[in-house]
Amino acid sequence: MDDTDRAIINRLQESFPITDRPYLQAARELGIEEDELIRRLQSMLESKLLSRFGPMYHAERLGGGLSLCAMRVPQHEFERVNEQVNVFPEVAHNYARDHEFNMWFVLATETPERIGSVIREIEQLTGCRVYNMPKEEEFFVGLKLEV
Amino acid sequence: MNNLDDLDRGIVQCTQAGLPLVPRPYQQIADELGTTAENVMARLRRMLKTGVIRRIGAVPNHYALGFRGNGMSVWDVDDGLVAEYGRRIGELAFVSHAYRRPRHLPEWRYNLFAMVHGNDRAEVMDKVNRIAVMLGADSRAHEVLFSTRILKKTGLRIS
Repeated sequence: MDDTDRAIINRLQESFPITDRPYLQAARELGIEEDELIRRLQSMLESKLLSRFGPMYHAERLGGGLSLCAMRVPQHEFERVNEQVNVFPEVAHNYARDHEFNMWFVLATETPERIGSVIREIEQLTGCRVYNMPKEEEFFVGLKLEV
Repeated sequence: MNNLDDLDRGIVQCTQAGLPLVPRPYQQIADELGTTAENVMARLRRMLKTGVIRRIGAVPNHYALGFRGNGMSVWDVDDGLVAEYGRRIGELAFVSHAYRRPRHLPEWRYNLFAMVHGNDRAEVMDKVNRIAVMLGADSRAHEVLFSTRILKKTGLRIS
């Protein structure tokens, strides 16, 4: 990653232009050519420096369900439970954390009602209780990382 | 979907993996959906305005960029004070998400979650301590949960 990549990351985290040639416009602001911007974005996506480039959708406003769930999984059963949980297509992210509550995953479902049924299915399959922690209030989402 | 029609839905599907990396990305989406680039751009602007789209841009991978100390801080704050403190914590530059979530007593007492970012765990702990000072005695307890492994990470799937 060089200074141009850093400038791209710092400048393009929001407000990408909605115009006929948006990459051209953004590239001009960065002082580079349109094809160079496109090539660098492609390369940063391939090398996973960027996890995504494009519109970020708000799941609930699209009509779907979204929730954070936590489990307390006995250490010796962790890999088995992990495999069983990850099989569900509704599990969007899953993180191991260093706590008694050691497995944390995000459920994204097509309807809000489906959250409860997926949780019951996971509990039946794994034998572990799922603690449902949907957001009740959102205070801030978004971070402008300076690299 | 709330107030979204077939064209909005089509645009969501076409851009779930990301915006096409071509000189005229909105034209390409329009071609796929059998409409005009002007229509696609108008719908994107509307979805931004209504909040269906949070923003359009690059999503950096914290881990790959060296922000390896991301910690989920969780706080036990009086229900009557959580909204005010949530707003104040959300204003801190190093916090990316702050939410009120339900307790599950007695096993889980925390009702305020804030993701704190730093270059390493020490930096995250330092920032968490700044939040602790801000909350003072109004926080009855707090912990920081560090991720040790990504077990799964996929994009949001919307049909």
